[in-house]
Amino acid sequence: MQKVFGRPEALADVPTHYCPGCTHGIIHRLIAEVIDELGVRERTVGISPVGCAVLAYDYFNCDFVEASHGRAPAVATGIKRASPNSVVFTYQGDGDLASIGAGEIVHAASRGERITVIFVNNAIYGMTGGQMAPTTLPGQKTTTSPRGRDPEVAGHPIRVCELLSSLSGAAYIARVSVTSPANVAKARRAVKKAFETQLEGRGFSLVEFLSTCPTNWGMTPVEALKWVDDKMAVYYPLGEYTRVPEVG
Amino acid sequence: MAGKVLMKGNEAVAEAAIMAGCRCFFGYPITPQNEIPEYMSRRMPEVGGVFLQAESEVAGSNMVYGAACAGARVMTTSSSPGISLMQEAISYMAGAELPCVVVNIVRGGPGLGGIQGAQSDYFQATKGGGHGDYHLLVFGPSTVQELVDLTMEAFDLADMYRNPVMILGDAILGQMMEPVEMRKRPPRADLPPKTWAATGAAGRPKNIITSLYLDPAKLEKHNLRLAEKHRRMAAEQVRYATHMTEDADVVLVAYGTTARIARAALDRARERGLRVGLFRPISLWPFPYEALAAATAGASHVLVVEMSLGQMVEDVRLALGDTKPVHFYGRTGGMSPSPREILDEIVKIVERGA
Ligand SMILES: Cc1ncc(C[n+]2csc(CCOP(=O)(O)OP(=O)(O)O)c2C)c(N)n1
Ligand code: SF4
Repeated sequence: MQKVFGRPEALADVPTHYCPGCTHGIIHRLIAEVIDELGVRERTVGISPVGCAVLAYDYFNCDFVEASHGRAPAVATGIKRASPNSVVFTYQGDGDLASIGAGEIVHAASRGERITVIFVNNAIYGMTGGQMAPTTLPGQKTTTSPRGRDPEVAGHPIRVCELLSSLSGAAYIARVSVTSPANVAKARRAVKKAFETQLEGRGFSLVEFLSTCPTNWGMTPVEALKWVDDKMAVYYPLGEYTRVPEVG
Repeated sequence: MAGKVLMKGNEAVAEAAIMAGCRCFFGYPITPQNEIPEYMSRRMPEVGGVFLQAESEVAGSNMVYGAACAGARVMTTSSSPGISLMQEAISYMAGAELPCVVVNIVRGGPGLGGIQGAQSDYFQATKGGGHGDYHLLVFGPSTVQELVDLTMEAFDLADMYRNPVMILGDAILGQMMEPVEMRKRPPRADLPPKTWAATGAAGRPKNIITSLYLDPAKLEKHNLRLAEKHRRMAAEQVRYATHMTEDADVVLVAYGTTARIARAALDRARERGLRVGLFRPISLWPFPYEALAAATAGASHVLVVEMSLGQMVEDVRLALGDTKPVHFYGRTGGMSPSPREILDEIVKIVERGA
């Protein structure tokens, strides 16, 4: 019998700790599939964040490094500069990337570091129990915005793709979701383009995933997927964000 | 480069790193060590190495973490406020057992402080600095030659123990010009291969580099293993120098630049017939507790001199207990003690003690 669906080689054969309905798992799988398809597993070094994906090193079947909170782009820079033949990717949440690590991501992008960033935006701090994130939507309730995020007090959510795409070093930037089979297919294509951008030495690449956190959003998995489509994708439009051409 | 050349401490430390095979440098400008990144930005491309000016010391030290993960010989340098920002990465590197060399050209603090030489980062360097149970090897050179030699050796020691090594200099040493012999120093032949590095899992199981152990029993085990390594480092890397301690009645204890000033005070005291000696710790962690006790066994007084308000003096008191009076003289904020001031202190002690 022909095997039509199996575990990618780049994914380890272990159970994950992610909650039911959390889309971290699908995102892992897409990355692993692309690594396999490009045949780069034995050159790949992943960097896990501080956040729910901290144990990603157990789930991928390639070399992995655990970074401190927000510093994954700096760690990736060190690895890639020391070992340019490595294929280097970071996997970061919104607190990790857009709050404590905002400086590191902006400068890695502006330098055009030949790394790939997988940015998992679930609009909340999952690991620490549901506090407000820099990407928490206006009015969204979290444990530290119990009356809903008030931009007057807590500021406005950060649109990472739009921000980074203004930098000349950012060669490929896209925002995707995994709420339907069609969106998953698009997301996979974006991840592949991001890794190809790195392999071709064209500069910095990032794919932002709108991801679910049913546990801390207080929703069922189905409600959570709907909330991504109805609420998140409105504030954070899906699509590719074109590179600003170099001037001068 | 061979034979003696006249070099500024900061440039000498940079060239020494290159001669020791360092091929990655990440740093952020801060006075009084700017000559180091400037030198590296010229030299690294010539030897096929990496120079990158980071956006901050937080990022720069995490780039060091990354390069160390990839198995590179890597260094960063900074001065006090920048070293404070690096404590996160230093703690992570100690936890993940990554080799690297960090140079602190110390300036006066706290806060933004000043830009003149100081020794007020001794506690930070030797007693932790970042969070967690860990130690760095810390060396305090007092001449440009010693700065060069210790920097070169630091790379071997970092690789040998898989631990960050810190060179604790100061603005005076960094800016001082002295003749130095620059001898190329290939990595020691007996260093273990970096089979743990994250270079891609080609034909081997994957490597994971982390300092995370969520199970407290496992973290305790990891920490106990690190402690065992620290004990080995402490047993093997004690370094110090003595001068005229054999017949000394008063032994001065000073490290780095201050030891040079203390030496000048010692010469003047000897001219006056005062029996003064000098004990100079070179390794600040491990601190030479036993050697200090032995070298001061016949003395009636010990005078610790520092460019701080009294940090190393605590280790001296730990070494000597209440066997004899331990006096202290320090200047702070970027001021350095003069030989005259130290001599006055010696005279006071002798007159009072007589
Ligand atoms: C320096 C530091 N500050 C704070 C924390 C605590 N912390 C752990 S995970 C986290 C937030 C993670 O949120 P996010 O990046 O959105 O990832 P998620 O868990 O939602 O996937 C925080 C604040 C830490 N580990 N280190
Ligand atoms: S807490 Fe949220 S982000 Fe974390 S695993 Fe659970 S659902 Fe996913």
